[in-house]
Amino acid sequence: MEPLERYRSIVDDFDAFVAACERPLGSTVRVNTIKATPERAMAVLAEEGVEFEQAEWDDRVLRLETDSPGSTWASFHGFTHGQEEVSIVPAIVLDPRPGERIWDSCAAPGGKTTQLAALMDDRGTVVANDNNLGRLSALRFNAERLGATSLAVTNADARNFSLSPFDFDAFDRALVDVPCSCEGTIRKNPDAFDEWSLGHVRSVAGIQKGILRRAVQATRPGGTIVYSTCTFAPEENEAVVDHVVAEEACEVVSLDVPLDHAPGVTEWNGETYDPSLAETARIYPHHNDTGGFFVAKLEVTD
Amino acid sequence: MGEESNVGRRFDRLPETPDDRTVEGRVSRREVLEYFEDRFAIPPETFDEFTFWEKGAGKVWIYAGEAPDPIEIEAIGMTCLRTRQEHWKPTTDFVQRFGHHATACVIDLDADAAARFVAGDDQELEWDGDWGYLIASHEVGGSPEPIGVGLYVYGELRSLVPKGRRREL
Repeated sequence: MEPLERYRSIVDDFDAFVAACERPLGSTVRVNTIKATPERAMAVLAEEGVEFEQAEWDDRVLRLETDSPGSTWASFHGFTHGQEEVSIVPAIVLDPRPGERIWDSCAAPGGKTTQLAALMDDRGTVVANDNNLGRLSALRFNAERLGATSLAVTNADARNFSLSPFDFDAFDRALVDVPCSCEGTIRKNPDAFDEWSLGHVRSVAGIQKGILRRAVQATRPGGTIVYSTCTFAPEENEAVVDHVVAEEACEVVSLDVPLDHAPGVTEWNGETYDPSLAETARIYPHHNDTGGFFVAKLEVTD
Repeated sequence: MGEESNVGRRFDRLPETPDDRTVEGRVSRREVLEYFEDRFAIPPETFDEFTFWEKGAGKVWIYAGEAPDPIEIEAIGMTCLRTRQEHWKPTTDFVQRFGHHATACVIDLDADAAARFVAGDDQELEWDGDWGYLIASHEVGGSPEPIGVGLYVYGELRSLVPKGRRREL
């Protein structure tokens, strides 16, 4: 838990934070509304004898009392998809509408991608991009199992993604859920800190800036972008957004996060960020007994 | 008459009718809709908001989004039907997504037979309808739900659930 020590100054109730990071995480699934209502999915789970609890903040989130959420009829039929509770937040904040054109820049293995399709009633165009072909095949498997018909799957480095295969020249919204140092997944992956180094944090931050800049360029003025990571490092969170807001035509806008969270930081290690970064959200494991996440909402300006 | 041939890396939208065909062996949208209606009694209007595409000879995809024709990307919507063989075969994932519109060639399985079907087992079952590809269905959570595609011949229902989708339930 060594890397967490650097966050002592920014996390409220630091001891509770560390204690939560040391507890394993339970199993959650998202109800895939392309195929089933929450009521139907719950009826099937109940019939199978799987115990569950519905999250109070979203009726599509079910916490299961099982170690193998994939071995149920509900999963086989694509009524449910295993997805960590807090990772359900970014797509909800993006709030895509049926018929829109959405870019999911780092889409594999597809949990959030298929959630976007479901939020759009599977109507519209979700361009699901990833730079890794092996992970894209996992995305395609999940997309077909969940019955998503509105995805167009591309294989490119998101930093220089080209719209040339399509006959539109801008997206309405983009989800930028970037590769990161994954500190917030420590409850799920106890190995998450094994490879941790400040050098890795800095190098991945450079990639994150490139991807978020490309998303701003590829989204129409007035369009919405959600930037998210599953890590706590301000270098990968506020600093990335601060950089892109300074370099590209966009601004941070306030967001509505349905879980307890802390505001983004505006100072870190002697650097200061734009005051608007306080409008971003830090979701810590001890807030809602979930994994950790950072979420920022941006609007593209003229 | 030099007809074009199928390009393996590219998605081409299916022609509207057989008369619009420019690629030898490619089926038309009309034929696809007729197949789903004739075999499974799925009403053609079910697919009004979808387009059909071919990539790879005979592999037909169904898509709800926007795309130029042709388009060279990794995937578009979901695979739904294999055509360039004597009997056309719908995919398991397509049947799970659209099979509830079907009223013909649907075989209802009891709990035990449904579990065996998903595990990939072939089983001897009564069926007095057409032989060939059927939609296997079962009752779950209080209503019927399509499970996947089976091949019925000689008194036996063969499970065609792909290996990666099989489960012990």
